Order: sequence, then structure tokens, then C-alpha cells
Amino acid sequence: MHDVWILAETGHNGLKDISFELLARGRALADTLGVKLAAVVIGGGLESSEAWRLIAHGSDIVYVVQDSRLEHVTCIPYSRVIEHLIRKHSPQILLAGATTTGRTILPYVAVKVHSGLTADCTDLAIEADTGNLLQTRPAIGGNIMATIKTPDHRPQMATVRPRSCRPLKADPSRSGQVVSELFETAWDDDRFSVEDIRVPEGDRVSIEEADIVVSGGRGLKKKENVVLLDRLAHLLSGETGASREAVDRGWKSYPHQVGLSGKTISPKLYIGVGISGAVQHLAGIKTAECIVAINSDEEANLVAMADFALIGDLFEILPEIQRQIEERRRSS
Amino acid sequence: MHIVVPIKQVPETSDVHMDALTGTMIRSGNTAIINPLDLYAIESALKLKDRIGATVSVLTMGPTSAVKVLKEAMAMGCDAAVHLSDRKFAGADTWSTSYVLSLAIRNLSPVDLIMTGERATDGDTGQVTPEVASWLDLPLVSFLSSISTVQDGILEGERLIEEGYQKIRCLLPAVVSVVKEVGEPRLPTLRGKKRAMTYDIPVWTADELKAEESFLGLKGSPTRVVRIGTPSVIRDATVVQASGEYSLKSAVSQLLDFLDEKGLLTEGGTHA
Repeated sequence: MHDVWILAETGHNGLKDISFELLARGRALADTLGVKLAAVVIGGGLESSEAWRLIAHGSDIVYVVQDSRLEHVTCIPYSRVIEHLIRKHSPQILLAGATTTGRTILPYVAVKVHSGLTADCTDLAIEADTGNLLQTRPAIGGNIMATIKTPDHRPQMATVRPRSCRPLKADPSRSGQVVSELFETAWDDDRFSVEDIRVPEGDRVSIEEADIVVSGGRGLKKKENVVLLDRLAHLLSGETGASREAVDRGWKSYPHQVGLSGKTISPKLYIGVGISGAVQHLAGIKTAECIVAINSDEEANLVAMADFALIGDLFEILPEIQRQIEERRRSS
Repeated sequence: MHIVVPIKQVPETSDVHMDALTGTMIRSGNTAIINPLDLYAIESALKLKDRIGATVSVLTMGPTSAVKVLKEAMAMGCDAAVHLSDRKFAGADTWSTSYVLSLAIRNLSPVDLIMTGERATDGDTGQVTPEVASWLDLPLVSFLSSISTVQDGILEGERLIEEGYQKIRCLLPAVVSVVKEVGEPRLPTLRGKKRAMTYDIPVWTADELKAEESFLGLKGSPTRVVRIGTPSVIRDATVVQASGEYSLKSAVSQLLDFLDEKGLLTEGGTHA
């Protein structure tokens, strides 16, 4: 049978969250089609217990390709591994995260295996009469949702927006099969190499992966006030984001920019402070689960798009939020 | 050194607003511009031209009107332009588009570097660049945020990835996509504009590219758009006034109750 596959991602702390989100997506599709779900995990030496975590989270088969030359994600060797596995096992669907990894490697593979690829999907389903994968994604700046399919080519490939679904609960009683595949020397390619990683000090950049993002805009008035956002973000164990205007004014660095011109995010909670909500900003947060707007202007676009809005002076509201959260935590 | 910058013509979005009820874009006018993110690729190419000397060619696939964006790129300082235009290209998805671009790039050889924007602001896929690299069997440096050196056929720089800035090294020829951090795009110059006006942009068709017909346009595209919908953006907010001491306290308290109910106030994150 032609199975459903997902490409797992690993970092220095083992498997990344996106791997489990993809398994939840893949599980639903595989069950609808009555086929198996397999995870492909490529890397430089993953703990074998990690393969079993993939099984506990929904995978039936785990294809493991581990080699010291695969320690860093490199486009050509990774693509060659995936191309080889596709030709050997003929999956009907291959999903990867719409991350820098998935967005780099899957298009490279799509050309090699001559199949279609849909970017940044937020919804996946199986078409009843054909069994084709229906891939839904925001387009034209998030203003329309387009549903796309790949009728005549296999595998049907898609990258899936991180945080657009929840992982399944781990079930340690699930059984599965771990298949090791060798990395062939001919697949290595020394034209591109990773030398090092630099993490900007005190300036974490992963707003896409954050559950909670607290963003500020022009309403903050000046750079010194950004600390109010940082404090609230910290209190909620979230990240600080910023509107394009706030970034253009140098209040926050570009990796914090939220919106089509920066990062498209779908956190569980988005708090927009002093942000009126330009179209490109709204499109970048549309899939957030819960949106809170804090603004002095009740007519602001972001207020209309929010689930909850506080209208008033942010310089009064933010400290009050902080005070009340601390109070609640002390008393609980 | 020869740098090719494939660019895309996209609808202007700054004069666009959203219909509050349907969430669709309302375009006042019908202006087409260079994909704003492509300006950063042009800027990076021109910076290299300034630093180490290079010839910069721009390339676009699109209808006759797309000549305008090529002229704009030339006005910024690009040296040459090629327009890929043919009815047969119409309706191409990223797979088919990247095929045509790769043929044109082969025609422009020798090419040392292909530089692109991260993605186009309309299609928003970011797939064409890696696909071009794949057609050409070239190494790909995606999400490049800075270039430290280009010498002896080696590019060194940093990529912006989820974990931070990744220092990389890549042999040329290579395909590179840049993010906004590479530097603010320059403005067109009068001299550039004059040159663009008199420059006769060649048009290459499918025949001239000796393209495989079955790979072109809608027919040659593996993907199909089957449905277009408009997401609703209105969430029906609970709007609470928070000014004055009493109303401030009560409004914030209501917000926290609301968040608490959704499990969003847990200390140490929301991981349940």
C-alpha cells in the first residue's frame, strides 16, 4: 500500500514539536485512507528512544537515516536521502513543516521526483471520491484560502504551517517498526557546509514557535517602552513580537517582525498592544487561536479581528495586567 | 562574476484594504510592482557589483506588462534584462515556473550566482528558488541574511533559521535566497532610468528556450487550484473599556478570567 509520510525534524534537543504536529496530521489522513503512517527522520545520530516517541505519537513505521555527515540540515544530501526513500517505497503523501528546513528541502525534492508541492498548508483533507489530498492554504496575503490538489503526480507533497494543529497524546502502548536505512557516500555534497550557529544574545528569534506572542506597535511611542511588552511576554512565558512600524523605527529587531513582511505566526495567544492592524499584519496572525487587542482606538482593525479587546491607555493597562497576574499566582 | 536575479511582478498591496465582512482585498487601482522582497535580492546583487565587480542580469516570466518591473530593476543599476513571455507559460505553478526560469538561466551562462527574494508577496510560497536550484543541480543557500565574503568562488555568510544565525560556506555557482536583513534596497537613479528607457529587453519564448512542452503552463503543472474561499476575519470581540481606575481593574480582571478559561495563564507556558 502507498503510505502517508511525514518528515520529522530534529534539533539539539532531539525531535522538534513540528514532528509531532505532522504526525497528528498524517495520522488523520492515513486513517481515512486505510494506510500506514511513516515518519522519516534524518540526522547525525539520534537516540533510538526518539524513534519510539514518534511511534507513541502516531507513527506505524519510522525510517531512520543517521550518519555523522547528516548532523546539519543540508539541502542536497537530505534531498537525496528523501528522493531515494520515495523511489524505494512510493508513498502517496509526504508532509513536512513549513519551516526553514521543510521550505528548503521539499521544493528541491519536488523537482527531482516530478511532483507537486503546496506551501504552508493550514488544512489537509482527503477528497472522498478520488482519495486525493486536498491542501488548503492562505494566499494573496492571507486574504483568500486556496484549496489545491496534485491529481496525477505522486507523492502529493505539502509543507504544513507550524502550530496549525496539536500533537496527539503519546500512547506508549502503540507498536511500530523502526527501519534503518544507510546513507550512501555518493549522496554527500561538500559544496555547501554549515560552520557554526550564532544565537543573538538576549534576543531570541523564534516567534513562530512560541505559544504566546505579545506584540507592540506605534502605540508604544518609544523604544524605552518596549520593556513593557518584554515583561508581559516573559510573565506569560511567551515571546515579544513587533509590527512593521515598530521594527522600522528600530524598537525591535527584524526577527521579531509579525506580518507578511515578517513572520506569519499562529500562536495559541496573540496579544497586540498599540497595533492598529494593517492588512499585512492581520494576515500574519490570522490563524492565531486567540487574539487580544489592547488599543486606545475602538475602531482599530485589530480590535475587529480580536476575540477580546481592552480599550484604553496601554501604559495603564500593561502594568495592571502584570500586577493582577502576579497577584493571582501568589494566591493560587 | 555574473549574477542573475529572477524577479516577479506582483499586485501593489499598499493601496489595498480589507473588506471587514468578507476578508477580501479591495484593490484601488491595478498597479503592478516588483515583488517587494525581490528588491532585497537586487540590492544584494548590486552591493556585490559595487564591492567586487559583477554583471547583474534580471529575469522575469510574465505577460507583456511585466517589462515594467525589469525596467525598474535596471533603473536601480542592473546591467541586463530578459523577459520570458509566451502564452504557453500561463497558469504555471512553482514547479513549471522554476523549470522555465532554469532554462533561461542556463541560456545566460556562465552564471556564478542566482539571487532571489525569500518569496513573492502574492503567491507566498517561497518554492520557486529551491526548485530552480534543483533543476540546475546547484547548491542552495536559503534565507541568507548577510554576506561576509565572496572570493575564490566561495560565498560565506549567515542564514536566518529558527535557532538563530547559521554561518555557512558555499561553493559557487549557487542559488541564494535573501531575507530583508541583507540591507535596505537602493532607489532608482536618473542615470539608471535613462539606460532602462533605451535598453531593448529581449523576449524569450518557449521555442527559444527549447522547452519541453509538457512541462509548461497549467498543463505542465502538477498542482491544481480547486477552490478559492474567503476566510472570515471578524471574531466578534468582547470589547471592554479600560479607563479610569475602577474600570481599568475590572477590565483587566475580565481579560485574565477569559484567558484563564482557555488555559492560557498557566505559569511556565501553556504546555499541558
